Amino acid sequence: MDHTFDANSLNPDMIDKKRSNKLASSKMLSNIAQIRLVSNHPEVYEPCDDSFALVDALLADRTNLLNMQPRFCMEVGSGSGYVIASLAIMLHQGCSGAQYFATDINPHAAETTAATLEAHGVHAEIICTDLASGLGKRLAGMVDVIVVNPPYVPTPDDEVGCKGITSSWAGGENGRKVIDRILPVVHSLLSEKGWLYMVTLTANNPSQICSMMREMGYASRIVVQRSTEEESLHIIKFWREHTEKGSGSSWLSQFPLLSFWRSSGAKESGI
Amino acid sequence: MRLLTHNMLSCNIKGVKNGYPLRLEAEKWTEKEVDFNAKFLRGIFPKIDWPALVGSARSFGFNDLLPDEAPDSSLLASDDDLLRRFHHALLEIHVEEGGLVCPETGRRFPINKGIPNLLLHEDEV
Ligand SMILES: C[S@@+](CC[C@H](N)C(=O)[O-])C[C@H]1O[C@@H](n2cnc3c(N)ncnc32)[C@H](O)[C@@H]1O
Repeated sequence: MDHTFDANSLNPDMIDKKRSNKLASSKMLSNIAQIRLVSNHPEVYEPCDDSFALVDALLADRTNLLNMQPRFCMEVGSGSGYVIASLAIMLHQGCSGAQYFATDINPHAAETTAATLEAHGVHAEIICTDLASGLGKRLAGMVDVIVVNPPYVPTPDDEVGCKGITSSWAGGENGRKVIDRILPVVHSLLSEKGWLYMVTLTANNPSQICSMMREMGYASRIVVQRSTEEESLHIIKFWREHTEKGSGSSWLSQFPLLSFWRSSGAKESGI
Repeated sequence: MRLLTHNMLSCNIKGVKNGYPLRLEAEKWTEKEVDFNAKFLRGIFPKIDWPALVGSARSFGFNDLLPDEAPDSSLLASDDDLLRRFHHALLEIHVEEGGLVCPETGRRFPINKGIPNLLLHEDEV
């Protein structure tokens, strides 16, 4: 075999072998987390349609994420760890310096996230806390990417923040109890160029969430929209208006596409 | 938990003013190799509380790993050895078991299986 190092004469088998060795050694055979490697626990939310939609949104925006070169990424409420592991895997190649944080209020979820990350050979710093409590002072203005799949199911208010699995979905009135606490926290953590990706349900009144964020200076767009029989999910991306002029359409221009927003949400938010 | 995280955590109890840095009590810790990324390190350097990092590294007996005084950032651009020490302190020391103690109230937040638990009791929020 000819061993001169010329791109044209490289044996494609050899290249493939090299590449697969490298991937296998870092346990990263696909570009997102693999369900069979995701840990579980009876008290921890398993990856569901909302988790998959959020990961799909991140995948759809992967090129932008790589161009942005985030330094700190954070997931609030990481549950099984499926989402933060997927994010770390998809950015691994093009964004090697990024550091990841994951928080959850449920100690079992924090441990499950750790196991899922480990199984995929990626790392995030995990903190068991309420939202980002304890990190707010020092990390303020430093986080470039925040992802949240919040507890968004409308429930009686007193179910919010209960121990264990209930806290993974119980969202109180309109499913907004936790979401409304998350928004100001995100606002203070995000860097100037920072982005938030958040799951919302139609019942959460996403248009009103967007207008609340708009008051804090954020533009928004829907990255993924998905309807199942019971619910209609939107993964919304938010960014500070001045930093990304012209990239993506603004939230206003999307309203005509969303008749339900117009009929349900826009009325209440006065648009 | 890496020392990077220790550097970013403060006591979150309501009313606490001087809740930083948390005193690190490490009962079990390991060193793990992490990919070296000079760009990340130089970028994060100005955001790191240097005395807190030096103090936490000392608590593991790394007395000479880092200089007491924060180096000038220009030194970080030229001194590869210093950058590697900074890398080691910030990212490669992992606390598995132990606690974080608030300097003001003495409240101890446990670290189990590498995860600090900052959940507050009802009377602390
Ligand atoms: C809908 S689950 C999403 C889990 C995971 N991110 C996913 O997409 O599969 C919501 C998660 O948020 C956590 N959570 C609820 N309230 C929280 C709070 N106040 N602070 C931090 N995490 C919280 C729950 O424990 C749960 O793991």
